[in-house]
Amino acid sequence: MTTPVPRKLRVATTSLAGCFGCHMSFLDIDEHLFELVELIEFDRSPLTDIKDVGPCDIGLIEGGVCNSENVHVLREFRRNCKTLIALGACAVTGGLPAQRNHLSLSECLREVYQFRPGVENGQIPNDPELPLPLDKVRPIHEVVRVDYFIPGCPPSGPAIWKFLTDLIAGRTPRLTGGLLHYD
Amino acid sequence: MPTTPLAAPVDLDGVLQRHQHNPTRLLQILIDAQDLAGWLPAPTLTHIAAALGIPRARVEGVAGFYSFLYTRPVGRYRVLFSDNITDRMLGNDGLMDALCRKLWVEPGKLSEDGLVSVATTSCTGLCDQGPAILVNGLAIGQLSHRRINEIAELIRQQRPLDLWPAEYFRVDDNIRRKDALLDLQMPPGDALRAAIARGRDGWLDEVRASRLRGRGGAGFATAVKWESARNAPGADKVIVCNADEGEPGTFKDRVLLNSYADLVFEGMTLAAWAIGASEGFLYLRGEYRYLRPQLEAALARRREAGLLGTAILGTPGFDFDIQIHLGAGAYVCGEESALIESLEGKRGTPRIRPPFPVVKGYLGRPTAVNNVETHAKTCLIALYGGEAFADTGTAQSTGTKLLSISGDCAAPGIYEYPFGVPITRILEDCGASDTQAVQVGGAAGICLANYEFHRHIAYEDVPTAGAFMVFDGTRDLFDVARAFVHFFAHESCGFCTPCRVGTSLLKGFMDKLADGHGARADLNDIEWLDRLLKNASHCGLGSAAPNPVIDTLQKFRPAYERRLVSLDFEPAFDLDAALAEARQLTARDDPGAHLKTHEEDAQ
Repeated sequence: MTTPVPRKLRVATTSLAGCFGCHMSFLDIDEHLFELVELIEFDRSPLTDIKDVGPCDIGLIEGGVCNSENVHVLREFRRNCKTLIALGACAVTGGLPAQRNHLSLSECLREVYQFRPGVENGQIPNDPELPLPLDKVRPIHEVVRVDYFIPGCPPSGPAIWKFLTDLIAGRTPRLTGGLLHYD
Repeated sequence: MPTTPLAAPVDLDGVLQRHQHNPTRLLQILIDAQDLAGWLPAPTLTHIAAALGIPRARVEGVAGFYSFLYTRPVGRYRVLFSDNITDRMLGNDGLMDALCRKLWVEPGKLSEDGLVSVATTSCTGLCDQGPAILVNGLAIGQLSHRRINEIAELIRQQRPLDLWPAEYFRVDDNIRRKDALLDLQMPPGDALRAAIARGRDGWLDEVRASRLRGRGGAGFATAVKWESARNAPGADKVIVCNADEGEPGTFKDRVLLNSYADLVFEGMTLAAWAIGASEGFLYLRGEYRYLRPQLEAALARRREAGLLGTAILGTPGFDFDIQIHLGAGAYVCGEESALIESLEGKRGTPRIRPPFPVVKGYLGRPTAVNNVETHAKTCLIALYGGEAFADTGTAQSTGTKLLSISGDCAAPGIYEYPFGVPITRILEDCGASDTQAVQVGGAAGICLANYEFHRHIAYEDVPTAGAFMVFDGTRDLFDVARAFVHFFAHESCGFCTPCRVGTSLLKGFMDKLADGHGARADLNDIEWLDRLLKNASHCGLGSAAPNPVIDTLQKFRPAYERRLVSLDFEPAFDLDAALAEARQLTARDDPGAHLKTHEEDAQ
């Protein structure tokens, strides 16, 4: 018999250039969380506070890619997760943070750190500890290969639940009807 | 400067009156209005909307839809380079660069003095004598660097177009092989007399016996179409001749309209006789606008000879006339229901069918839309009978077919063959050597590799509307497919999401490969998009859009694979370069201020 021994799937989650709204929506699956932890265990996630991601079955990425740290985290997820999922509008399209894409980066930074009313002798932060912003905010599939996309701002709790249970049960996830929306 | 907005739209009233303030003539009104000022400023659109009593948004919607209508200023000289793959193979990009440099203008932009704008446009139907351009809508072929220099000089001197050398505007027919149709020398009216003598039913019987199929590509039985239109309820039936020859690589209709216009108009009249129609339209693509004066003259001659008008050839109750409608640069209008929308003065968006145009077409009236060549072919049937017509060709494809041959061959031009001719024979006749592929049927057609050259031109084997582009061993079939993908992304009408977004995404992947960022994952995504476009598009043009990629991925896969820099994934942009602006703003250059583009390097 070659049936795999049932084991808990490891799941990692992170928020890049996002607002944690998708994570909040994830928590909105409410009592399903109890069923979920029977099936999975969390690796790196804001829920566990583990700092580095290890080998995982599923990675959920909220938010787009706006700076070099986002690139490193996203790559680490891709290296470690068999299945990588773009969760929510910002991960799928760049979303709200990508609104800055029609301005140049220097316009944005100068406006905030130098020319804003009340700022005197302002300077664009240049501490090496800080990640540098990319010239444009990118959806995650432009930086790494992505296996699935869950649209929505945020995707509803039931949509996330349906998606994850499909995936865990070995069905190709498919959102239809009211579960599939883009706002 | 003539490109400034019209101060008072007084001239417009003449245009509006000429078109009886008829909103279904909106596209024609906009074309004529643009002729007055070179472009369509906002006050012009507002004035037209008010005068026609239709919403401003509808006028704006139509003006924004067609490539040759401009809602922003363009130069007094508007130069559009035909950008079919055959033009690219003849070096149109180098010529465009040269012209732009000489005129100090950037492609796609208006020169600072408002004198000139230079851009590209989809295939203008001069593939047999390219590279080609349109200057203020008029076609000029056989471009060379010498001719480009001369044109730059004429523009700089602001010489009016009618004082340019006439030879520039000479368009050759390049007929290389004649058969039944092109050999026909018929005095106007003979076919009509024969058909009238047979009676309307008898004439339709002949068409049925000929088993003529539509020459526009789809190959629908002409007799079935005509019969459906004839039997459809409604007395005010319409004949439309589809001369929106937009398929890249096709130019046979150009030649028929230039030298065989009487056959085309006679064919339309024959259709009117069969169906009982009294109104006919020739929908002429904007690129062939230069043909309009001679076509109008041909129509006038026919009216004079009693071949159009009331009681044609003295037959009581046989009233029919033809008017010419101009298109304005929209490939999708070659699709018959989009063409009808355009005839009604709307955006060229394909309709949902059924109802089919034969039941509910132009203004809800039964409408038979046929290709230029189909109309011309019916003259042969009227003269010699359906049986004789069906004697040539194959079992399911009767008669002959005009092929527009271009690309890598010694003698590009028009070739007429009986259906069933093998590809090898055609290649031999046109003087092609070392041929690695032939694109039959245009961008939406089929790409044949050399192991398929034994196949035959016929609906049951290799169907075609007439385009036949030859590519020799020096060509890269990836570039060919990419040019067609660009074409479809530009020409998508935007109505349905699968085509509007799908063609743009496909273009993005093809450009990513071309730019040296290709990865195996892209090939998977391309194949996924191909399926999506094929299955989910609203009309046939969307579902045909992935054809060039599907075919070349199957038959010329190494042309794609050699462009892969990763067997997994590769971003389409340079990640480290994306940090350059931030590095400059912060004056940082520490290791943390850089990113490796490849993930392997980052580990």
